[in-house]
Amino acid sequence: MRLKVNGVEEEFAVTTVSELLAFRGIDPVARFVAVAVNGSVVRRSEWPSKPLGPGDDVEIVRPFSGG
Amino acid sequence: MTDPFTIAGTSFSSRLIVGTARYPNQQVMLDCLEASGAELVTASIRRISLEGYAESLVDVLGGRYRLLPNTAGCVTGRDAILTAELAREALETNWVKLELIGDRELLYPDVEQLVHAAEELVRKGFTVLPYCNEDPVTCQKLADVGCAAVMPLGSLIGSGMGIANPTAIELICSRSPVPVVLDAGIGTASDAAFAMELGCDAVMVDTAIAQSRDPRRMAAAMRAAVEAGHLARLAGRIPKRRFAEPSSPQLGLVGS
Repeated sequence: MRLKVNGVEEEFAVTTVSELLAFRGIDPVARFVAVAVNGSVVRRSEWPSKPLGPGDDVEIVRPFSGG
Repeated sequence: MTDPFTIAGTSFSSRLIVGTARYPNQQVMLDCLEASGAELVTASIRRISLEGYAESLVDVLGGRYRLLPNTAGCVTGRDAILTAELAREALETNWVKLELIGDRELLYPDVEQLVHAAEELVRKGFTVLPYCNEDPVTCQKLADVGCAAVMPLGSLIGSGMGIANPTAIELICSRSPVPVVLDAGIGTASDAAFAMELGCDAVMVDTAIAQSRDPRRMAAAMRAAVEAGHLARLAGRIPKRRFAEPSSPQLGLVGS
């Protein structure tokens, strides 16, 4: 299915947030990572169960330097 | 310093808040944070690079500082609120430096959206520190909706133009029911001291340290300036006079 991940639309063979993170090479227990799907934050504890559907808009973020 | 600076019940012995961006390299940043004496440092929230990632900013800071995530660059209330919520999840803090930009060239705050977003974030349980105009009415509105502090700009972000409207900053300081943190525009140490002399509770600096010729020295200078300005404010400046007032005794002059 097609997902928009951090602003880029692509085809993915994943069904949950955890699978998407793993597919993207992001350690699912990495600290300081946060995820939102369609504008709502998905808590870390919900990553394994949160289903993803076609057209979902996913943001995966972390802290960076800032002023 | 003897009197701590308190935001939302949390006390800091340093009245200098420092950014983590624009340093020549990571080691210089770490040295500057240490030299500045800051306890509260800002961070942004950005999309993970999908090409894997280097060491996290948080790991680099090693738990020595309290992080204040910002919503820098957000131009809509929706994006700013989502960024704050992502920051809360990523950093396990409900503190947020709320920035809502109304003009990408000037990075001037969008006051209308800012007040609404601040109100919503307060309702969602955030401790909100909004970057705002140096306008007493805006600052009052932000305090009224529950912001824990206000962060009026001295001048445009990154401009180094100092405090463009000291009268307004002094007015805000004299009336604000919440702490006032001078944010943006600091160019050198005297600007930071001036902000404190005007009555600010704290000063936020990033570019003026990070982009100076010797950032480590400037970090130390900012620390000293904020302390000096705060002490001077407590001590109270003498009134300005139009004519001279001799400091040496007028009696017993030789030859009189």
